[in-house]
Amino acid sequence: MKRLVLFAVAICCASVAFTQSDKYVNAMKTNITLLDSMMSKGNGEDVANSFERIGDAEKTQWLPYYYAALGTVSQAYIEKDNSKKDALAEKAQQLIDKAEAILGKESSETDVIKSMIATAHMMVDPQSRYMTYGPASANLIEKSKSLDSTNPRPVLLQAQGKFFTPEAFGGGKAAAKEYFDKANALNEKFKPETELSPNWGKNSLQYFLSQYK
Amino acid sequence: MYKFSVLLFVLISTTGRSQVRISGKIVDNHNKILRGISISIQNSYDGTTSDSLGTYSFTTAEKGVHLLQASSSGYKSFEQNINIGEAPLNVNISLKEEITELKAVVISAGTFEASDQKRASALNPIDIVTTASANGDITNAIKTLPGTQQVGESEGLFVRGGTAAETRIYIDGTLVNKFFYSSEPDLATRGRFNPFLFKGTIFSSGGYSALYGQALSSVLLLESIDLPEKTSANFGISYLALNAGIQKLSKNKKSSWGVTYSYTNLALVYNLIKQKFDYFRVPVLHEGDANFRIKTSATGMLKYFGSFSTTNIGFRNQDVDSLNMKNAFGLKNLYMYHNLSWKEKIGHGWKLSAGASYSTNRDDISNEYQDADDRKQAITNDPLYANKNFTLVNKGQYANAKVVFEKRLFNLSAARFGTEYNYSNEKTTYTQYDGTLYPGTVKENIVAAFAETDVYLTNDIAAKIGGRAEHSEMLDKWNIAPRISVAYKFPDNSQFSLAYGIFYQDPERKYLPAINALHFASAMHYIAQYQVISKDHTFRTELFYKKYNDLIKTGLGNYSTFTAINNKGFGDAKGIEFFWRDKKTIKNVDYWISYSYLDTKRDFLNYPFALAPSFATKHTASLVVKKFVTRLKTQFNGSYTFATGRPYYNINYDNNTNAYKIFDQGHTKSFNDLSLSVNYLPSIGNAKARSFTVFVLSLSNVLGFNKVYTYNYSANGKNKVAVTPPSKRFLYLGCFISLGIDRTQDEINNHL
Repeated sequence: MKRLVLFAVAICCASVAFTQSDKYVNAMKTNITLLDSMMSKGNGEDVANSFERIGDAEKTQWLPYYYAALGTVSQAYIEKDNSKKDALAEKAQQLIDKAEAILGKESSETDVIKSMIATAHMMVDPQSRYMTYGPASANLIEKSKSLDSTNPRPVLLQAQGKFFTPEAFGGGKAAAKEYFDKANALNEKFKPETELSPNWGKNSLQYFLSQYK
Repeated sequence: MYKFSVLLFVLISTTGRSQVRISGKIVDNHNKILRGISISIQNSYDGTTSDSLGTYSFTTAEKGVHLLQASSSGYKSFEQNINIGEAPLNVNISLKEEITELKAVVISAGTFEASDQKRASALNPIDIVTTASANGDITNAIKTLPGTQQVGESEGLFVRGGTAAETRIYIDGTLVNKFFYSSEPDLATRGRFNPFLFKGTIFSSGGYSALYGQALSSVLLLESIDLPEKTSANFGISYLALNAGIQKLSKNKKSSWGVTYSYTNLALVYNLIKQKFDYFRVPVLHEGDANFRIKTSATGMLKYFGSFSTTNIGFRNQDVDSLNMKNAFGLKNLYMYHNLSWKEKIGHGWKLSAGASYSTNRDDISNEYQDADDRKQAITNDPLYANKNFTLVNKGQYANAKVVFEKRLFNLSAARFGTEYNYSNEKTTYTQYDGTLYPGTVKENIVAAFAETDVYLTNDIAAKIGGRAEHSEMLDKWNIAPRISVAYKFPDNSQFSLAYGIFYQDPERKYLPAINALHFASAMHYIAQYQVISKDHTFRTELFYKKYNDLIKTGLGNYSTFTAINNKGFGDAKGIEFFWRDKKTIKNVDYWISYSYLDTKRDFLNYPFALAPSFATKHTASLVVKKFVTRLKTQFNGSYTFATGRPYYNINYDNNTNAYKIFDQGHTKSFNDLSLSVNYLPSIGNAKARSFTVFVLSLSNVLGFNKVYTYNYSANGKNKVAVTPPSKRFLYLGCFISLGIDRTQDEINNHL
């Protein structure tokens, strides 16, 4: 009996531990799947909140906060109210800071988010803010590339930036093409570290590439 | 043992079992529905986000007592223990709004902020250099804002019925003396400082903070730039000046230094553009500046800026008292300026700002009475003509130091206090036609202490309450000046502000030393403001009333100059102003419109009674338009200014009544100016270009309006001469090259 109970306890503990991580992976997967669709509907905040809850509960995982920051900064991009745009960007900054604190270092992926945050801040008042946030955003893209030259996301950000810049300023559709091609090439070779690791951007890459057909 | 296994069983069975629904409604403290709020059960994945109706609903498998949390940026977090049993729970949540800089009302009565990173701005440095009528001069651009007068015969900002001396200019918190190049007769000189030295400009036309004193009407606050982004070299060439400079950023990006030198010679310009004056020494200027900036910590910045300049000018002008005779005016100036400032957060919510500036100025002025052939006429029997031959040497030393401590209190509220010291020592030596020397010294030490507090009660209501005490050694007097302003924000984000304050100032130096003991002149400001600012539009209107007391009255002193005799002057000014700026409605066009109505009268200097002063008019309006044409890589700027005519007077001493009397008066015709400028940026968008080039072409008074600022009278009152600009039109053509720094992005973003 005693043995049986011990065995049962062991099984239970194991299964609890197992279900715990299983629960994490499943919750993450569900929300990662949701991320793209929610973002395109302008509901980035909802999915960001879900990630933040997972992060708060897990405490030792950086990815929930990373995705929460991504959802939040994406929301900041489409937000029209400038005071809210700034607030969302600040919120995204807090989340990515938490992710980096858990990760223990800055990575190519976190720099991508930080570059997006700087851009969001700049969009509030480009004229007076460019001097501060413009170079900050560009430097973070470069840093992201240097930390992982196989990461397609910093190149994708750069390509999008070019795409929306007027031709007379050296941007435009044609000028952006080589960057999209480069992002695409990187993307085809890119293997995420784990099934939960960042691997987004394919949809928008496909969208932009389809503009050239 | 049995008990243990039962416990275990219960434990296991409760996890992953019956889900309980938790729902409710979320509102803020004004009972407004809140969407997008994250609700969660602490240490679980369970939770949701409130929908557009402010409702939320989610299920959880947790049981027992748990902490329900709700949070969103801009609101204080909500936490409540809930006991989850079998039944669904309904928890309604009310979130308290946090007072944040983003949402809070701005205390803005009287002030145009042009720099604030977080808020939509009125004017920034690029706005200044692309304002067609400004010709790259800071105060000329400020003259397109409401509250200012279009005075063209002398430098400075004449604000809301005040003289130019009533506006003081500060760089990094410390007072700048001799901001403008030395005065020349009937000419408005430019400011000495390049607009690109400053990242922000705040123009206050009244009601300003207790941090600033010795200005009856207005302050212009300039904040110098921080570290440059990159090391760069800059060159400029125009048909009137050459300049070169370097800015070096250290490898660790924590410090930088820079030097600039420029040489100006107007010989070519004056050959091409006919001038009213006959120059026997065309203006030649040598100017240099140097700076260093050091990041002393993550939050600290130490900055030094210093400059020197020499000017040499001489011109002949028709004498007003005689036919065919001329006055040959000569000016040599040597000026030096140093400014050191330090800002640091010193912990526990304390912030320290300290600054000191020191400047020296020397003017060597001469005037010669000459005949038609430019020969000196030494007349000794008639003082009117005899005194047209003289020399004057002005030597001035100025120092200003200021320390401000700021303590952040609850919410956004803060308390500030500090002290300011102001020293000036001006020596003049006037040499009369017969060689008689009249030396004079005016020395002043002003010590001031100030304190103010910003109180934010909610995001919608805030107040700034402060006071300033000053002691003048020269006057041997104290003054105490209260300053109060309040601001209220409406739900649609427009806001309403009120400001009140008393402002004191020393008598203007040029009327000193005085014959009798004097005291401070004072002005009382009352301002009501309504403004709506969004990303693309700014609308602002202000109503003001200003009461002047104790203005100085002048009488004839030594060597026929005016000298202050008492403080019996007074005056008032009232008016309404409008400002509208729109960056969005017309694609790629940014424009602003200003209108000022001013009703002012004052009795000061030699005015026999209260008069509408000769430097102020009732209606002034400006339109400034900027359009960037991407295809041409060119920006087109235009500005139109209109002002009704200004009053002018011939005031002279009447020996019959032993008093000053108006012998003649009138109004000038209305003032009109249309200026255009074009900036061409050929290297824009060329990612491979190592240099960035800008060509500037500007033309003032394109339509050739006859501008008359005022009239000068002969001593006998029989001759009246219009004071007009030195040339009808002015054309500027220049090219600026910057190596090593790519401003492409900069330009793009200016026109997004």
